[in-house]
Amino acid sequence: MPKITFVEADGTEIVVEARSGISLMENAIANNVDGIEAECGGSCMCATCHCYLADDQAGLSVMQDDEDEMLGFVASERKPGSRLSCQITVTDDMDGMQVHLPAEQN
Amino acid sequence: MPGPVLIVGGGQAGVQLCMALRREKYQGAISLYCEEPEYPYHRPPLSKSYVTGATDDDKLPMRPESFYEKNAIDVYLNAPVTSVDIHRSEASVGGTAVGYSSLVLATGARPRRLDWQNDAPAGVFSLRDLSDARQIRAGLQNCKSLVVIGAGFIGLELAAAACAAGVQVTVFEMADRVMGRAVAPTISTFFEATHRAAGVDIRLGASVSGLEHSDGQVSGVQCADGTTLAADMVVVGIGVTPNVELAEQAGISCDNGILVDEHCRTEASSVFACGDCAAHRNRFAGGRSVRLESIQNATDQARTIAASIAGEPKPYTAVPWFWSDQGSHKLQMAGLAFDADSYIERGDREGGRFSIFHYRGDKLLAVDSVNESRDHMVARKLIEAAISPGQDQAGDPGFDLKSLI
Ligand SMILES: Cc1cc2nc3c(=O)[nH]c(=O)nc-3n(C[C@H](O)[C@H](O)[C@H](O)COP(=O)(O)OP(=O)(O)OC[C@H]3O[C@@H](n4cnc5c(N)ncnc54)[C@H](O)[C@@H]3O)c2cc1C
Ligand code: FES
Repeated sequence: MPKITFVEADGTEIVVEARSGISLMENAIANNVDGIEAECGGSCMCATCHCYLADDQAGLSVMQDDEDEMLGFVASERKPGSRLSCQITVTDDMDGMQVHLPAEQN
Repeated sequence: MPGPVLIVGGGQAGVQLCMALRREKYQGAISLYCEEPEYPYHRPPLSKSYVTGATDDDKLPMRPESFYEKNAIDVYLNAPVTSVDIHRSEASVGGTAVGYSSLVLATGARPRRLDWQNDAPAGVFSLRDLSDARQIRAGLQNCKSLVVIGAGFIGLELAAAACAAGVQVTVFEMADRVMGRAVAPTISTFFEATHRAAGVDIRLGASVSGLEHSDGQVSGVQCADGTTLAADMVVVGIGVTPNVELAEQAGISCDNGILVDEHCRTEASSVFACGDCAAHRNRFAGGRSVRLESIQNATDQARTIAASIAGEPKPYTAVPWFWSDQGSHKLQMAGLAFDADSYIERGDREGGRFSIFHYRGDKLLAVDSVNESRDHMVARKLIEAAISPGQDQAGDPGFDLKSLI
């Protein structure tokens, strides 16, 4: 079980024992991380599950066009490490990953 | 201390309201009354990946149970609200009166039924909630031949999912095209072709007049043209009726939905309504009263109500959007096309990636996109900002629509 740290916009850190094989968004929701809304439930439609990851984060899947388009319209600034957490499947390689959350999701 | 908020209905809107109230730092008590035995869950997968087993039950809850505890939200399951007294500010649950300072009706909608559905044999279903979906999922495991009545979004999603799982599927649609009330003819034609290519038998201008059965189990359908067709399962997807009875009984005006103003307030000042059960005047529909059945509408209306209850009212002005996953194809819609008088096609229809831009005169009203998220996202922004690309620009895939924003 990889350990993942969610960092809320106000700096609060939530360390979770994540489940591999499900999405980063689902892990956040399961652990009551408030900074992720996920109104569409992971259908890549709402962009309210935006997060910032390190550019060189291990284990990340390649971004698909849908996610890229959606990220063009997120409520908080899009940065180089911006991803939609519902499109990322957690793997064991992600142990120690830091996930920064934006102030606004909609 | 702000007063208690009582929410009737733990669906998309009800849960979003709980989240939004706490995000707005609302300190008052919140109780969520749910008719269903389940903690609130996501409905969209029920007609898609869930029915074939590709999505499991543990993926469905919108929030874990600990969420409600952490946020001091009292959830009551199996607890339908049976009446509301707006003069005493009380709702009745299981014979007990519960007081409120704000009441939110988020009761959703229920499937419309066909006359013969009431005494139907086993194997005939509607699809609205998890209990329906569980039965359909179980039934599909031994189903050879499924009949779907109604080629709306839910019927087609289910048809595609079942067909991909190896079931023989026939869809009956009375109109002359699929999703006829919702999309442009070009989109209907595209989806008819893709579903047929996948193996779904789509029958347009065709209806089912009755059922055949043996040993209490459905065995086929009688078609209006006099023929019969074998089927071991039938799913009826012919639209929904809003759950307005509580409001009506309380004396609140309804007309195809509980009537609400731009703050989602009903005519009773401490009663709000949102989501599938509410009708509002929408600026993207030329101000006409509409009832939208979508995740977007349920979510954004809930946010609107939270803002009012928390003391910082903001009108509901969000651009409507919707999606439907049918097999491997994604249909996305932005805006409302009610008043459109022309439309322009953009993209590569043969290649399966295109959009239809609906106009009234020069004004862009809505965009339906097939496998073209880029157009969809740009459309949401254009429509929100009331920017209308020229029709020549919309029709030219080489023109960058983003440059207009
Ligand atoms: C199978 C399916 C697939 C869908 N797919 C999509 C999609 O892909 N994209 C999209 O945008 N939308 C989709 N939708 C539509 C979307 O799910 C609805 O618009 C949304 O759920 C509406 O939210 P709501 O809270 O208004 O109603 P609901 O989510 O229906 O919740 C209402 C709840 O209120 C409860 N209730 C009713 N009366 C009472 C009472 N008196 N007391 C207590 N509780 C009560 C009901 O039991 C229900 O649980 C789909 C819907 C279905 C059924
Ligand atoms: S949950 Fe909606 S886009 Fe990720």
